[in-house]
Amino acid sequence: MTRYGYYPGCSLHSTGAEYDHSFKAVCNSFKIELEEVPGWVCCGTSPAHASSHLLATALPIKNLALAEYAGINELVVPCAACFSRFKMSLRELSENEKLSEEIKEIIGSAFQNKVKIIHPLEVFDKMEEKNIKDAVKKNLSGMKVVCYYGCLLTRPPKVMQFDNVEYPMSMDRVMQKCGATVLDWSYKTDCCGATFSLTETDAVLKLTNKILENAKAVGANAIAVACPLCHANLDTRQAEIEEKYQTQYGLPILYFTQIMGLALGIEPKELGMKKHLVPTEPVLAAVK
Amino acid sequence: MTDQTATVKTIIPSGDLLKEIEKEIGVNVNTCYQCRKCSAGCPMSWAMDYTPAQLIHAIRLGQSALVFNSKTMWMCSACQTCTTRCPQDVDIARIMDTCKILAIKQGFSSPVPRVHKFNKAALRNIKWFGRMYELGMIGDLKMRTFEFFKDAGMGIKMFFKGKLNVFPSISPSRTSTTWKIFSNVAKKEKEHRA
Repeated sequence: MTRYGYYPGCSLHSTGAEYDHSFKAVCNSFKIELEEVPGWVCCGTSPAHASSHLLATALPIKNLALAEYAGINELVVPCAACFSRFKMSLRELSENEKLSEEIKEIIGSAFQNKVKIIHPLEVFDKMEEKNIKDAVKKNLSGMKVVCYYGCLLTRPPKVMQFDNVEYPMSMDRVMQKCGATVLDWSYKTDCCGATFSLTETDAVLKLTNKILENAKAVGANAIAVACPLCHANLDTRQAEIEEKYQTQYGLPILYFTQIMGLALGIEPKELGMKKHLVPTEPVLAAVK
Repeated sequence: MTDQTATVKTIIPSGDLLKEIEKEIGVNVNTCYQCRKCSAGCPMSWAMDYTPAQLIHAIRLGQSALVFNSKTMWMCSACQTCTTRCPQDVDIARIMDTCKILAIKQGFSSPVPRVHKFNKAALRNIKWFGRMYELGMIGDLKMRTFEFFKDAGMGIKMFFKGKLNVFPSISPSRTSTTWKIFSNVAKKEKEHRA
């Protein structure tokens, strides 16, 4: 049995609950055990790094110190923004000894930098193809998906060291192994407007419209995502986008873990399929 | 020198802003050779008043008032495309953050006030609850922006889908942790300024 530490981050406990449920369900099928970091706090996300360098570094490091204290060696971080903040902060510390000392004073606990940060995509991408294929119970070939990685999983590459920066393939491979029909497209790593959702909403609508447009143009009937913020912008805003740009997409936005779950034969309800604002029924009908 | 309308015959970089940025994040803005790759790839440049490359240029010329009054860094979505593609290793996304931080520190108000208010509301929320409590944060943001009905329809739909928690998930140990981190950061930043 494989065991990982788990940092869900704030989104997976609220707006991105489907990601949390589906990731846990899939891990359960593969006998992967997850141990949530006891007492974890918010990573600070973009408001912190836009306001204070020290705060933006201290909050992630506090969580890593908590993980270390709990004896966790490998920490799975599904939210792309948390994943990015953790890696960025570690990079900061490794480059600046003075900052490292200051952060230890701020968080008030020891930190030895022993925890390895990994993304769920890495967990499944490194699994043997045979192990995934053997576990697959449903035929997803009728599901035509494009994989949307967004900004923060791969950028900046020196820090993230995750997949190819301009043309990542890990999610494509995982989806293929699950039997989905994966389509190529142009918007794999384009920005969805991220944190501007509540403030500069028009900008988000403009960027997400281009993403949805391209996905539809290549013939996708679903978009696979790995970031709760990308999901929120593409799913919860889709009706608004359609209204503003006088178009009709009706594209379900699924976490890649939900698609994995469907392939493994997990009940759609358990994967949070009812929580989406864009109805998922059309794509569920393609699961045979 | 900060007066844009003056006829400039000789460029005398003041260097103050350059030095401040270097002190804050250790990035040497002067290595930029204005290839404008950052601006070509920027998904938000259409919403900015100066492109990222222009802002970098203004920093090099010491035009701090222009920089601090600019919308550019406030309209940066922090997607890291510029930093990733810069052939000179200039961390433009971090410079955007630093410009925001320095502008506020020096008493400039944000030309995109909603973004600044969102940051403040989000941080206060994290400080109080330890984790992001969306409904509380949205309420705080609305009190700051007076846009009470913006996104109300979407919010209601999300609420009925169970995507918004009614109550924050507070545990005493967690909130005291973030409270302490915030106050320690404020203390350290005060020391740095002294």
